Amino acid sequence: MNELFFLQPDIISALARGLWVSVQLIIPSSLFGVIIGVTVGALRVYGNPLVKRIADGYVLVFRGFPLVVQLFIWYFGLPHIGIYLTSFGASVLGFSLCSGAYQSEYVRGAFLSVKTGQTMAARALGFSGIKTVLFVTLPQAFRRALPGCGNEIIYLIKYSSLAYMITCIELTGEGKIIASDSFRFTETFMVIGAIYLVLTSVAAWILRRLEDRLYIPGFEQYS
Amino acid sequence: MTESLIVLYGALPYLLRGSLVTIAVVAGAMMLGLVLGIHLAVGQVYGGRWLRRVIGVYVWFFRGVPLLVLLFLFYFGLCSLLQINLSAFTVSVIVLGLISSAYQSQIFRGAIMSLPQGQLKAARALGMSDGKAIALIILPQTLRLSIPGWSNEYSIVLKDSAVAYALGVMEMMARAHFVASRTYEHLPLYFAAGFLFMILTYLGTKGLRILEEKVRIPGYSA
Amino acid sequence: MADTVPILRIEHMTKRYGDKEVLKDASLSINKGELKVLIGPSGGGKSTLLQCINFLIKPDRGRIWLDGTEIIRAKGKALYAYRQKVGMIFQDFNLFDHLTALHNVQIGLVRVKGMQAKAAKERATQELDRVGLKNHMHQYPAELSGGQKQRVSIARALAMDPEIMLLDEPTSALDPELISEVLDAIRTLRSSGMTMIMSTHQIGFAGEVADELIFLEKGSIVETGPPAKILYDAEYPRTRDFCSKITELYANSSS
Repeated sequence: MNELFFLQPDIISALARGLWVSVQLIIPSSLFGVIIGVTVGALRVYGNPLVKRIADGYVLVFRGFPLVVQLFIWYFGLPHIGIYLTSFGASVLGFSLCSGAYQSEYVRGAFLSVKTGQTMAARALGFSGIKTVLFVTLPQAFRRALPGCGNEIIYLIKYSSLAYMITCIELTGEGKIIASDSFRFTETFMVIGAIYLVLTSVAAWILRRLEDRLYIPGFEQYS
Repeated sequence: MTESLIVLYGALPYLLRGSLVTIAVVAGAMMLGLVLGIHLAVGQVYGGRWLRRVIGVYVWFFRGVPLLVLLFLFYFGLCSLLQINLSAFTVSVIVLGLISSAYQSQIFRGAIMSLPQGQLKAARALGMSDGKAIALIILPQTLRLSIPGWSNEYSIVLKDSAVAYALGVMEMMARAHFVASRTYEHLPLYFAAGFLFMILTYLGTKGLRILEEKVRIPGYSA
Repeated sequence: MADTVPILRIEHMTKRYGDKEVLKDASLSINKGELKVLIGPSGGGKSTLLQCINFLIKPDRGRIWLDGTEIIRAKGKALYAYRQKVGMIFQDFNLFDHLTALHNVQIGLVRVKGMQAKAAKERATQELDRVGLKNHMHQYPAELSGGQKQRVSIARALAMDPEIMLLDEPTSALDPELISEVLDAIRTLRSSGMTMIMSTHQIGFAGEVADELIFLEKGSIVETGPPAKILYDAEYPRTRDFCSKITELYANSSS
């Protein structure tokens, strides 16, 4: 038994390769997820009834279907209607749309939590509608949505491992290959798990720092 | 179109039998998560410094590592390392249950901490041991308060249970994919599976809402 | 006196929600430096009237003149400009929860009046100093007492250099021991010559400082007159009824 198995150059490079793919999955997906979440969340609060209904429907389905099912639809299903995505593309699409649906819940709640008195006071001072949103509603909603949206990104880091199930070889996939080749299942998945643990912990730490920086005494941060 | 419907109709009983597997996995995992979660929560609130720290690490670990990695670790790794022969089904229940216990413990912990301090004091004043006070006074209130959070956790575990397909557990998702790859009717089958998951979510959360109403104490809210 | 133009005049203000008329044909005018107090039972239309004056509630009917100029198109820029000249104090303060006291006063100056941040800060500090809160200017709303919050909101309104102030039950949300500090601030405002329309249940205070009391019930102005007349010698039985009840209450609670 080679105790330094995980220090072999080819193992390290395989892990690094996988990690890099994972990062490439996570960053754009969380970015798109937030953009979709903010847009859909705002539409669900301020949109007209038809738009609201469509947005609600989107959220219902994308929060209702398991993520695995969604990924399979994008990767194995779409070719049947003539759309071919790479496993990487299908993963980013699946993560973004699913994450966006969850994000929109927090964004919606945050917008709804801004008390009407706040916008009334702004209008009484002569703020226009846009300025009210920009300087009063958004700053407050942002702080209230932050913990939930941040947690959603942490979830996304973990769920990015599911890309492996539609053959996108990221960190978990590389781990599976290393493990199968070397028969060192326990150690390999311990190492893989530890890498994810670092990723999620760092993300959680950044989120906490951000929340601390934005902390306002007595400003309720209900999630 | 009609062809798809015929396939779908033929596959439905097969999928529904899969839903029983899904339900079994989820029920097992939620129960394991409940039992462990309560103990973790009580330990985290009332335990000593070391116990709290150990539980903190446990929760951190199971909330920080992806489900799929844990499934592989337990099924391919630990089971053979420890020379125990567990089925993919059992491993799925255990892993989903362990993860859920970490999340459930936080639900219960929040509920315990939201109870007024006087509850424990009054129980102690009556001469109850701490264990009795927790079991008879704190937990009955805690569990009631936890139902909404628990219901949310149920819908997450239900959806996560589809990942058990990666170990070859023949739950709904696995069956949908199995039929799809033989009939080439991928989209209808995935959608069918998706909607079945939504129905199970609906039924479960609805049931829990009814339960919440049933066990509600008049005038009591925290 | 008769030929001076009132600083604010409203005529035939009406507002209905569904088939419920919450404000019926209300008219009033106020001269520079005057303080008029709206009294009457809760739900009588005091708050609706005040909020209709600066279009926080859009009246169904009615005309408004500020300084002799009619406010015709209460929309867009014209509306925002008008609201700057009409300061408003709310019952529940409505300080911006995410901003410190200083920034609460500053934000309107910078974002609405387009003032430079530095000048706005100086002005805001001055206004907070005037209400005695200079030492609290870096605190957030949640760190202030109710009375302090209301004083910040007075400073916030004053910083905009309004021509008239509307005060919607400014002490109703306060603990009894905090009411006097806000009333003192209003007294100071009055002696500095600020024009004000205020609704309140503090009948003693109203009798002491008001030029005129306006009794509002079920959405209509029932009676208007100098405090002594309204409180002790009202024309209408409804006014007398209300005033005797509330003065009794006031006498009991202050004894």
